[in-house]
Amino acid sequence: MYRIQLRTIALGLLAVAMLAAGCGGGSSSSGGGSSVRLVAYSTPADAYAELIKAFGQTSAGKGVSFSQSYGPSGSQSRAVDAGQPADFVHFALEPDVKRLVDDGKVSSSWDQNQYKGVLVDSVVSFVVRKGNPKGIHTWDDLLKPGIEVITPNPFTSGGARWNIMAAYGAQLKEGKTPAQAVQYLYQLFKHVPVQDGSASDALTTFTNGKGDVLLSYENEAIRAQQGGASVDYVIPDQTIKIETVAAVTKTAPPAAKKFLQYLYTPAAQKIWADNGYRPVVPGVTGKYQFPTPPQLFTIDDLGGWDKVMTDFFDPSKGIMAKVEQSIGVSTSS
Amino acid sequence: MSQPAASAPRVRSLNPAAALPGLAAGTAVLYLSLVVLLPLAALVWQAQAGGWDGFLHAIRAPDVQAALKLSISVALIVVVVNSVFGTILAWVLVRDDFPGKSAVNAVVDLPFALPTIVVGVILLLLYGPSSPIGIDVAYTRKGIVLALMFETLPFVVRSVQPVLLELDREMEQAAASLGAAPLTVFRRIVLPNLLPAILSGGALAFAKALGEYGSVVLISGNVPFSTQVVPVLIRGRIESDDQAGAAAISLVLLGLALLILLGISLLQRWGTRHDR
Repeated sequence: MYRIQLRTIALGLLAVAMLAAGCGGGSSSSGGGSSVRLVAYSTPADAYAELIKAFGQTSAGKGVSFSQSYGPSGSQSRAVDAGQPADFVHFALEPDVKRLVDDGKVSSSWDQNQYKGVLVDSVVSFVVRKGNPKGIHTWDDLLKPGIEVITPNPFTSGGARWNIMAAYGAQLKEGKTPAQAVQYLYQLFKHVPVQDGSASDALTTFTNGKGDVLLSYENEAIRAQQGGASVDYVIPDQTIKIETVAAVTKTAPPAAKKFLQYLYTPAAQKIWADNGYRPVVPGVTGKYQFPTPPQLFTIDDLGGWDKVMTDFFDPSKGIMAKVEQSIGVSTSS
Repeated sequence: MSQPAASAPRVRSLNPAAALPGLAAGTAVLYLSLVVLLPLAALVWQAQAGGWDGFLHAIRAPDVQAALKLSISVALIVVVVNSVFGTILAWVLVRDDFPGKSAVNAVVDLPFALPTIVVGVILLLLYGPSSPIGIDVAYTRKGIVLALMFETLPFVVRSVQPVLLELDREMEQAAASLGAAPLTVFRRIVLPNLLPAILSGGALAFAKALGEYGSVVLISGNVPFSTQVVPVLIRGRIESDDQAGAAAISLVLLGLALLILLGISLLQRWGTRHDR
């Protein structure tokens, strides 16, 4: 009998110890108001390093400390949704904020500012080899015989969905019917030999020498050039405006709201511009030229994300699921 | 195989766990539950969220079928290759003496230590489009096999090695003295003794190869129906907010691994009975 009791006590203690260890991470979250937990998609990490430093030199940002987490947009959004503590979020596409709104983590009025919640813009561009040896300038050029196009798999990379919508919308802008534009996607994906899991994997693939064109955000192309990659980029006449969105969570401290406000100031938007992002605040310029393509369109022109997600990216019934299936049939035979 | 532990007299006082019967077992079960069983239960729970129909629908999707076929076939290839070369490697490490042997022995474990994503990057640099040695297998099924060969190499080596060390060499000498050629000795004496170890190492390698993500994701190209392996497809389901589907497909992988492990243990039981 004595032994059994001892065993029970030991097991109980062990369980308590484990539970305590498990809870440790969560309970430390109730810190002071001057700390902001930033959760964002991968690419803005460099920009945020500068922005946080600059924010710290303003009166609103004095003494505010930051914890930062970067990763693929969808994964980050899902993590916050599942309980990762976050005060300030910045995602590559609106549905990732929508997910948090639907679950009550972000107020539904998050996009009620002058910029509709959009923090910075970019455009879908063609990244090509230095000097553009294959002479790629238009969407039709991508379908020329032998041209290899690299774009991430739109099902594993949420951010890559911008590329698909750019290709589709560009066809509409060229005067084609929706059916013809879908047909273009079928043709395009015959030219895609590699569908990486994420945008950064795709960039690795391209800089390692695979492919003639990489579909990518303009700011990523600029960043690759900054990093010394031997690439140029072309902005096609018809392309989509990528709108990356930021919000604060419902439980965010005032410092997080002030940070969001700060990011819309001309000074902060200039830092964004210097990092290759297109500022949303008019009149801000940086070290890069951001020519506006003659036929720029937005996701709203295509019906908005809600519609596009069901029509194109439903894993079983979406247009892209059928496109993927069609190339599978042609490659596996 | 000899099992000296079973016939040894029991000496209770030497066994520290005997002082507190059940404590060791209790701790083990609790630990196993927290670390392994609960997550597995959660996976099953998640997978049945869509009901039996949803489960079937999820795993019958054409891209899932294609990915499963690919993952299983590359895993089988990898297991066969690594069973052969892993056994040779173990043989060399146990039976031969050469300078630098302990270094080679240590290298065998490196695939376990390297982060899988780093393996992917390195293999891509070495066997990709800008390969310094002129071999470009990236974005093909060969590339997947290559990555998995690297990742699963230690399993067979490490399971064969101890058995080979324990193997009674007098049997081989007796066979040789009776006129058996070296190859016959290997085939009739050594191989039957090693087979259970090769099989169990191979089974672990198979399970690992089925679920491997990091080293494959960069080199495979991920083209659905062509070079997309199951774990990458599962990531796609998660990114498309289809968690039940992702769990359902994972469950198939889990089932396959369990089936293989079960099969191997049956084979081993049969193998040891065959011995006596």
